[in-house]
Amino acid sequence: MALREEILTVIEKNSRIGINELATVLGEDEINVANELKAMEDEGIISGYHTMIDWSKTSIDKVMALIEVKVTPTRGMGFDSISERIYRFPQVSSLYLMSGSFDLMVIVEGRSLLEVAEFVNTKLAVLDTVQSTATHFILKKYKDHGTVLAKKQEDTREKVSP
Amino acid sequence: MRNPLSNKITEIKPSGIRKFFDIVQEMDDVISLGVGEPDFDTPWHICEEGIYSLEKGRTFYTSNSGLKDLRVEISNYIGRTQNVFYDQADEIFITVGGSEAIDLAMRAMINPGDEVLIPQPSYVSYEPCTILADGKPVIIELKEENDFRLTAQEVEDAVTDKTKILVLPFPNNPTGAILEQKDLEEIAEVVKKHDLYVISDEIYSALSYKEKHVSIVTIPGMKERTILINGFSKAYAMTGWRLGYACGPKEIIKQMVKIHQFCIMCAPTTSQYAAIEALKNGDDDVEMMRKEYNRRRLFLLSEFKKMGLECFEPFGAFYVFPSIKKYGLTSDEFAVKLLEQEKLAVVPGTAFGDCGEGFIRISYAYSMDNLKVALERLKRFISTLQK
Repeated sequence: MALREEILTVIEKNSRIGINELATVLGEDEINVANELKAMEDEGIISGYHTMIDWSKTSIDKVMALIEVKVTPTRGMGFDSISERIYRFPQVSSLYLMSGSFDLMVIVEGRSLLEVAEFVNTKLAVLDTVQSTATHFILKKYKDHGTVLAKKQEDTREKVSP
Repeated sequence: MRNPLSNKITEIKPSGIRKFFDIVQEMDDVISLGVGEPDFDTPWHICEEGIYSLEKGRTFYTSNSGLKDLRVEISNYIGRTQNVFYDQADEIFITVGGSEAIDLAMRAMINPGDEVLIPQPSYVSYEPCTILADGKPVIIELKEENDFRLTAQEVEDAVTDKTKILVLPFPNNPTGAILEQKDLEEIAEVVKKHDLYVISDEIYSALSYKEKHVSIVTIPGMKERTILINGFSKAYAMTGWRLGYACGPKEIIKQMVKIHQFCIMCAPTTSQYAAIEALKNGDDDVEMMRKEYNRRRLFLLSEFKKMGLECFEPFGAFYVFPSIKKYGLTSDEFAVKLLEQEKLAVVPGTAFGDCGEGFIRISYAYSMDNLKVALERLKRFISTLQK
């Protein structure tokens, strides 16, 4: 694996790692690593550093829904123009073009069921090119971004072994 | 009442690690760097196959030498990693961990009084297994200045007309040392010259951080005189499944299987089904774990340097073996004090042979977060030793 991919593998799971430690664990020069990071940020390979939060453990209520959307693509623009009209809404946290029985998967976040329903009814479903929507509310997150959200497992190994 | 015990067994001294384990067990909140097994869970697709085999009712004995499909996969694995062919029919069999294979190899090959060359520091079972098989252990003390590699000269110096077997424990537990092509070629010359056999314990073969691991069986003329031992515990994080294997000349394997048949019957069936999946589809998992171990290894070595703890660079397994000689304590004293003062458990080098004196074994089969906390404690401890 080239240095870039090595860096990405490490920071994908831990974006808070310091340059110094990152260079150490990769057996690389700090300056090289810093340069590569900067270059990858500039090129948009690294497109952001986010924090994984389990909101269900806080006092803030969040509701998430996954909405299957069927649309009519427009001549010359395909799905791009309708997609843009959808993703510009701040309520939309992710948007994917899909293969299969529907076209767009829209992931929407809101403070309440009502708020999300309101968004679908008044903003999304009414768009001209939208043929149909099917809204699925997320009830519980077990695993997100490769991370299991359940209680952390204890180390059950014997403390000392040959 | 007469003595119920065998003299042979009572004369074997208990494992040095056991004594330390007992002390650690008594304490709360101990952070340990003393574990000799991976911290990763067994990859789920491997567990899944084990579970599936139970659902299908595959809960019976397998043949003594193990499932044919598994032996075929092992043969393929050695073929693709070492480019050496072992016939699944009579040159490979499945054991209860690598440790059973060590025991059986000794018992199948040793006649009373035969000498077995055992490089130390090394895993704790070679010496007792030799004694149990009525052999005579001859210890070769590996040296830090050689990065704890075994040299051909050291073998040559230890050979007598009674020497029959050389144990080759590389990549090494506890030092993390490896042997490379050139080392192996030179050792092979001495082995052939004196008509010795080799028990090559390559349980850590997948965890090598320099070049890919080379087995001594790849050296011309060595496959005929080597029992190659490996297993699933370290590479696939499957310690509790208890599964290993031995490969070698069929006349030796035949006798090993004979003992295995009488005292074990067969290795656990569920584990064998899981292991087939491991060999078929587990290469990526191993590579992922190897890379993660390597990052930790580099991190530890760098931190040791910062705190002034001397350590040669080990390229295998998941251990580092720093020298604590300059602190004027024995390995035992150092480990006990470290445990008492900082509640940090490491294993004294002497648990792996007398020549481990002056060293401690630190395992990096721990998460980075865990390692960081542990290193803080180690650093604080060391600073109290330096005036």
